Amino acid sequence: MPNVSVNGIVIDDTFAEAFGMRATAIIITAPNRKWARQAAITMTGFATSVIGCGCEAAIDVELPPSATPDGRPGCRVLIFATGTDELQKQLLNRVGQCVLTSPGSACFAGLEGSAALKLGSALRYFGDGWQISKKIGGRHFWRVPVMDGEFLCEATTGLTKAAVGGGNFFVMAESSAKALLAAEAAVAAIGLAPGAIVPFPGGIARSGSKIGGKYKGMIASANEAYAPTLRGVVRSELGADINAVLEIVIDGETNDAVAAAMKAGIKAVIELGPQRGAVRISAGNYGGKLGKFIYSLKDMLP
Amino acid sequence: MKALTFTLVAEPPERLDLSLLTAERLAGIERRDFEKIQIGMSKHGSKVGDIFRIAGNDLLDIVFEGGSARLDRVAEGMRGGSVRVVGNAGAQAGRAMRGGTLTIEGNAGPHAGSGMRGGRLEITGNAGDHLGGPLAGELAGMNGGVLIVRGKAGAFAADRMRRGLIAVLKGSGDNAGSRMIAGTLVVAGGTGEMPGYLMRRGSILLDRAPKSLSPSFVECGAPESVFAAVVDRHLIADGILKRPLLGNAPQKYGGDNAVLGMGEVLFPH
Repeated sequence: MPNVSVNGIVIDDTFAEAFGMRATAIIITAPNRKWARQAAITMTGFATSVIGCGCEAAIDVELPPSATPDGRPGCRVLIFATGTDELQKQLLNRVGQCVLTSPGSACFAGLEGSAALKLGSALRYFGDGWQISKKIGGRHFWRVPVMDGEFLCEATTGLTKAAVGGGNFFVMAESSAKALLAAEAAVAAIGLAPGAIVPFPGGIARSGSKIGGKYKGMIASANEAYAPTLRGVVRSELGADINAVLEIVIDGETNDAVAAAMKAGIKAVIELGPQRGAVRISAGNYGGKLGKFIYSLKDMLP
Repeated sequence: MKALTFTLVAEPPERLDLSLLTAERLAGIERRDFEKIQIGMSKHGSKVGDIFRIAGNDLLDIVFEGGSARLDRVAEGMRGGSVRVVGNAGAQAGRAMRGGTLTIEGNAGPHAGSGMRGGRLEITGNAGDHLGGPLAGELAGMNGGVLIVRGKAGAFAADRMRRGLIAVLKGSGDNAGSRMIAGTLVVAGGTGEMPGYLMRRGSILLDRAPKSLSPSFVECGAPESVFAAVVDRHLIADGILKRPLLGNAPQKYGGDNAVLGMGEVLFPH
């Protein structure tokens, strides 16, 4: 099938290739929205890519007080890793250093999964013997004394093995400013889609990579085919009208969540139009042989 | 199938042991033999057929129509299904329950829910002394499940409780939560003297300041408590209370320091 054009934007006849991952979710609450977000943002800092961060994490959705277990404002955070052990380690390190420490915070399970990951049942040892175990309505909590009262933390949270990491698409524009505007529109739309996150800074990656490199030990390196400054030098994927490419990388709790997020993001880019935003949309893949999940762009159109 | 219904024909002439009339104990007994089961505890030796008229056959839905304070050990050891007593029950109702629901639409005698480990026991009227507590010689009282008394409870409610939730909505007698090992006791409507006497761990949640506490309890301030918020929301969502009990920053007293001292008495500030 040839490339199609929607609202003046060229959609490449290609697909995004994504991988199965392990994921978990937690709900962080605080006395107000500001501090719920602060704890969530802190614990999801330095969590853009499993290549160097151990996990990929971000806020899934913000929750109003009516939707949290304690009636306070909250955030649902999604965390992805390649294996259960690493996910467990990242979860405890991040909640222990960033949520336990955040004023007024509390932490609850955000997922009912096929298995349980330790949460409060490991962090309770901070209580040094003064921690209190409580079972309320079939849920198990630990209360750990801290300097502003108590840190309430659910004992475990769920693990899902049905998660998908690496759903993606590229927005390609005539200028950096236009590419950024289109990418921001996509991120804003994906933010409303539940069960999916965009873990890169502000949801956007400018250094899309290929696997490996010419230097020994490099897991990923520059994707020169999409670097506009190398357009004349290498076998480039970019036409003369493209001067900036930004990638939106999507992780989702399920295959469907990734697809829905991709659709929402692409729809937002198309609605923005080629004058203000992207002139072309493409996606990254490895030929379709490595990833278990394939998202063809032609199926993702609004 | 229709509920297995035991309708009380007349006031029993003696105390009755109804622990044999649960789904677990009746399984394997022919329906027609139910009437021959001996339940009388004195020389009368009453049989089921002498006391009750039986209808229906669903073992997982048992109803006792008409109550009496002589109906002891109702639903003892039940593991599933439901038992409903339309009227009063005697001693040890729901003792050692492990699952299912027992509803007593009336008053219950002493030791209701004694040593229960799971399930849900709801008493719409009042309960006697030692609600959920251990029998003589037992080390622990209630060990799990949910026990709700919509009326009053007698003395020593939640004695030696280890796990689970007991909620008493119209006040309890003296020494509520005495010797608690852990678990949660909720009392709305006031408590008698010295709640939490010799408690080791566990939570006693009150809707007002207790009129007395053992002197070995210490004041622990009133910081904001997410636990209180979660409990309040649970009690309302579960239909146990209609209004929040504790608020967001309840007053805490810690004790009983005559023993381990890791328990707490919380009430609105």
